[in-house]
Amino acid sequence: MSSSTQYNRRDFLKITTTASSGLFLGFNLLSTKKLNAAVYAAELADNFNFNAYMSIGTDGIVTIFSPNPEVGQGIKTSFPMTVAEELDVDWTKVKVEQAPLDAARFERQVAGGSGSTPHSWKRLRQAGATARQMLVEAAANQWKVPMSECSTDKGVVLHKTSGKTLTYGELALEAAKITPPKEVKLKDRKDFKLIGTFVKGVDNPAIITGKPLFGLDFYREGMLIAMLQRPPAFGLKLKSFDATTAKAMSGIVDVVSFKNKVAIVGKTTWEVKKARETVKIEWEKENNLESTDDHNRLFKELLKSDKAEVRRKDGDTEGVFKTAAKVLEAEYQCPFLSHSPMEPMNFFAHVTADKVELIGPTQNPQPVRAEVAKLLNVSIEKVTVQMTRMGGGFGRRLRSDFALEAAELSSIIKAPVKVMWTREDDMTGGIYRPACRYRFRAALDKDGTLVGYQLRGASINAGDATRAGNNFPVGAIPNVLIDSIDHKSPITTGPWRAPITNFLAFAEQSFLDQIAEATGKDAVQFRLDLLEKAQKSPTGAIKYDIDRFKAVIQLAAEKAGWGKKKKDVFQGFSVYFSHASYVAQVAEMVKVKGKPVLKKIYCAVDCGIVVNKSGAMNQVVGSMVDGLGHAMYGNLTFKNGAPEQTNFNNYRLIRINEIPEVEVYFVDNGIDPTGLGEPALPPLGGAVANALYKATNKRINNQPFMNGNDDLLGKLL
Amino acid sequence: MPTPQSVSNPIKNNLKNVPMANFSLKVNGKTLSADVSPDTPLLWVLRDHLGLLGTKYGCGIAACGACTVHIDGAPMRSCSLPVSSIADTKITTIEGLSEKGDHPLQLAWDEKDVAQCGYCQAGQIMSAAALLQKNPKPSDADIETALAGHICRCGTYHRIIEAVKLASAKK
Repeated sequence: MSSSTQYNRRDFLKITTTASSGLFLGFNLLSTKKLNAAVYAAELADNFNFNAYMSIGTDGIVTIFSPNPEVGQGIKTSFPMTVAEELDVDWTKVKVEQAPLDAARFERQVAGGSGSTPHSWKRLRQAGATARQMLVEAAANQWKVPMSECSTDKGVVLHKTSGKTLTYGELALEAAKITPPKEVKLKDRKDFKLIGTFVKGVDNPAIITGKPLFGLDFYREGMLIAMLQRPPAFGLKLKSFDATTAKAMSGIVDVVSFKNKVAIVGKTTWEVKKARETVKIEWEKENNLESTDDHNRLFKELLKSDKAEVRRKDGDTEGVFKTAAKVLEAEYQCPFLSHSPMEPMNFFAHVTADKVELIGPTQNPQPVRAEVAKLLNVSIEKVTVQMTRMGGGFGRRLRSDFALEAAELSSIIKAPVKVMWTREDDMTGGIYRPACRYRFRAALDKDGTLVGYQLRGASINAGDATRAGNNFPVGAIPNVLIDSIDHKSPITTGPWRAPITNFLAFAEQSFLDQIAEATGKDAVQFRLDLLEKAQKSPTGAIKYDIDRFKAVIQLAAEKAGWGKKKKDVFQGFSVYFSHASYVAQVAEMVKVKGKPVLKKIYCAVDCGIVVNKSGAMNQVVGSMVDGLGHAMYGNLTFKNGAPEQTNFNNYRLIRINEIPEVEVYFVDNGIDPTGLGEPALPPLGGAVANALYKATNKRINNQPFMNGNDDLLGKLL
Repeated sequence: MPTPQSVSNPIKNNLKNVPMANFSLKVNGKTLSADVSPDTPLLWVLRDHLGLLGTKYGCGIAACGACTVHIDGAPMRSCSLPVSSIADTKITTIEGLSEKGDHPLQLAWDEKDVAQCGYCQAGQIMSAAALLQKNPKPSDADIETALAGHICRCGTYHRIIEAVKLASAKK
């Protein structure tokens, strides 16, 4: 490998013959040790624990435990980088291990909300700095010199005046005995050697050679495979089933039923899949079987309803709309979306009298543990959760349903089992981005000033679809009314990358452009003027930082050459604050044979300090591609409670031949890191829609864009 | 789609018990055998029977490319290839692409730090390897055509193109 970073020993594969059929595989996630909490306690010979995050071996190899689940956000690399920076160790001597769930040792073991780095930044640095200080103290004791005369560099403690050196490996035994200092000094940002550099993913070597890493790759001797038949529509429940044929098929061990599901259990995936197709199941109606057409009608009623819940109220919107010189109004709608991570849902469970062992891809292991303990009525101490690398999540794996299925099934059949979802199961099995429709209204006075603003959110199972109640442009407008109303549906929903704002931002940024146009102002200047107003004469509470907001707008505009392009280049602007970060984007289009073509997106990001230059870039570009693809194509529709899209042949995702050029700039302001897994997604759709308007003089207010707009769009991507 | 009113799953007559057979496969230069039903897709023979877990399941209908392997050097979707249809072919999986994980594309994928979640990347690399075999200096359009059958849900496409170009330049 070109990388010299050391990697864990995950790559062995044990093949053992079983009596029954062919080969079963055992690969062990955390080397050969037991899978309980002691795994990462570094009981390895010649290794010494410094704190929850690391141990140091006498060979100088530093093992850093990464507590948070890795879903592709790069946390398994950036967390250890942060510890290693303060420890002052050579990155090539660092080995990274995924820690299992352990609430006693770690906080917030979650991959969600773009919160891992902001939450852990200080804690990780302190862990590294504390261990570093203990190593320095051990060296100073040995040399009988003051600690202040010692310094560290790349895993070595140095005494400048005598020229003596000791490696961390040589010091580990003695240093680990020292009482950890209560306070440590963290590095000045200018002294960072690792943070802010391009560091490759620690699992790269395993990924590119096909080593088992993911939940679906987890096999254990004697493990069974199961697929479940779930209700084919939301609103149906199980009435009866006949599995006579399935039970007689080769490789099938059992067919059992629980919670409106029928589980087919067998030895291999294909045998189980084939057997499942032979099970005769009768379903019966227990709730409304809703269709997309029903929702479309419902949205119009909800937008007129007098039962909406007020989320924000400033001034007197009723009055100002009555006296307004001009009123603008627009509505925007988005469909349900499937998360569709490339690795479908799956989980392994082994429930015995003494313990419940859970292994698999989860963004949120703590609820998995708590919910399984409750479901099986066992004490939580008996339940362990081990996280595999995830083949994507996008919010779907924040939920525990698939792990609960595995646990319940294992407890029924009394055997270790991996529950697998096919792609069809994954797409039709529920937990979607909720469908929403927004109505915006703006009141302009006789001078063209924006004096009133109304937002009504209507949604299907979204809760509050306007959740950004104190986000921009609120604060800049004297009279504001934001309210929302939600329809409870049998169709299940959940957080989907940048929940709510993944569509709300598009609607709002499209509407702001419409207001700017009506006032005769440039789109960028209009936003800057509003911010200026929020700064000088704010209305109510706001949660955004005006200077950071302005800076990111100006950076994007400058880099994109906003307002300076030739006439046949059409640019659209969008900016959004989410997950404590600021992202501004400019989409650039040209026309080819009279049709718009998206050529490029400029992006300016303020997420504070960038920890890993490579990982940060991946998150931003990935979010942009994600936002673009779903704005263009994403569409999950329902007929009588059943999803009409079932797999990637009829649910379109963006592909490699459809991506525009991108240029990304990070604001360098030295502020502690804020979120980055999501913030570059929300503004994307608005930038594209606003550029499209410039190019075609037409507005597309509903997503996906490619839904009845073929003539207008041609081949946009 | 099953409609909620049609209350039973379709029963397929061809899904009766099919007798197992022993299939001998040439995988990554070795001859391996598996006792499976003849309709078993190569993907599941590799994963469930031969312990080769680098080839991924993504869609099962040849629409995402995660399961791509080489059959006599050509990129094929192993999820849709019954094991009985590939007798006497030479099968290469990601594990057999290079002995030491140092195929120019593997090195380029690492250097460009392409992967986010990483799940689709083995399939992408296999298609890219077949492309470079045929066309050592592909244009951007050639790369896009060769990889348009793959889905990366994390959106790593820009770096995939960079990595293929890097490998092509070094080769």
